[in-house]
Amino acid sequence: MSLVFAGVCSHGPGITGRADMADPDDKATFYAAMDGMREQLEAAKPDAIIVIAAEHFANFFMNNMPAYCMGMGAEYTGPIEDPQWLGIERVTVPGNPDLSRRIIETVMNDVDVAYAEEWKFDHGISVPLNFLTPRYDLDVIPVNINCQGPPLTPLHRAYAFGQALRKACDAVPERIAIVGTGGISHWPATPDSGKINREWDESFLKDWAANDKEALLRFTDEETLRDGGQGGFEIRTFIAISGATEGLKANVDYYRPIPIFAVGCTVGTVDLNQ
Amino acid sequence: MSLYFTQKLLYELNRDPSLQAAFLEDKEAVLSQYQLDDEELEALRKPDIGMLYILGVNGQILMHYAAMCGYAWPEYIQAMRDALEVHGNVRAGIYATTDGKGAI
Ligand SMILES: [Fe+2]
Repeated sequence: MSLVFAGVCSHGPGITGRADMADPDDKATFYAAMDGMREQLEAAKPDAIIVIAAEHFANFFMNNMPAYCMGMGAEYTGPIEDPQWLGIERVTVPGNPDLSRRIIETVMNDVDVAYAEEWKFDHGISVPLNFLTPRYDLDVIPVNINCQGPPLTPLHRAYAFGQALRKACDAVPERIAIVGTGGISHWPATPDSGKINREWDESFLKDWAANDKEALLRFTDEETLRDGGQGGFEIRTFIAISGATEGLKANVDYYRPIPIFAVGCTVGTVDLNQ
Repeated sequence: MSLYFTQKLLYELNRDPSLQAAFLEDKEAVLSQYQLDDEELEALRKPDIGMLYILGVNGQILMHYAAMCGYAWPEYIQAMRDALEVHGNVRAGIYATTDGKGAI
């Protein structure tokens, strides 16, 4: 059946964990945008959701770090964070090993993806799911792109990975939703937490909305670190969504720098019926 | 300098409640499983969150350990700022500040 929904959103732990420290209007408008994303997702009636995340050392470490990994488990647990600290209860989330396996097999024609039958979610997936599937009743296929432990996969490979995922989704009968989640510029978990390069973000989002492949792939990691911080490496997740929706324009439904959430909070969706 | 093992210990602690329990029960027994130098051992024992930041522990690993050690978010940020004042910028990894102080 292929893709029935595609979008991107932020996942900073402060979004839920420090919600009461945020300006009320910042919180209310961003939460409303996430609710709007959920409504669009639900209207698309997906059978499963692929979440392309940038994890933060919940499963993978520098002893064996995959550039790309996909979940093939029957269920997943998370968040690993203290539930009170993150503001999200620890839950078990359903997976779909059969669907995962069929998608992974097709992706492997183009990208040598790793797979994992065990996977613990951290805020990178738990925060988006908290808004998008709050009853945890939709099968999830987690995907990780290493954005934390350099050397990192090049941006053009993240785009190619998205293209491979699209081919794989086209090859299964299920209705698939795909969500990329990452920062744009941010300096999370550092003394610079709360710094956001609005100009850089807006320029990136303009290219993302236009699905301008050449523009999206132009950054070196040195440039990203300088202008977008450590968290900027997570643009790979947005770029993978562009690859999965090649040729299609997208909408930036919400963007606002919210320092206490440590990121320019973003919701974007792709119109798949162009 | 064994930043790799410092981070590995914290990575395993962050994701494994049973190791957390073992660590709270007998810190030394857990620490002895990792190849750590004196500076790292001291920073982990205290805990000196600011020093772990200066040593180059990735913030995505360190913020969990700080929370586990009871640091509220503003205290965690302050511990890193204070350590920058005392020790200068981060020695390794990608989590150094832009200006050696913290921008905000
Ligand atoms: Fe992240």
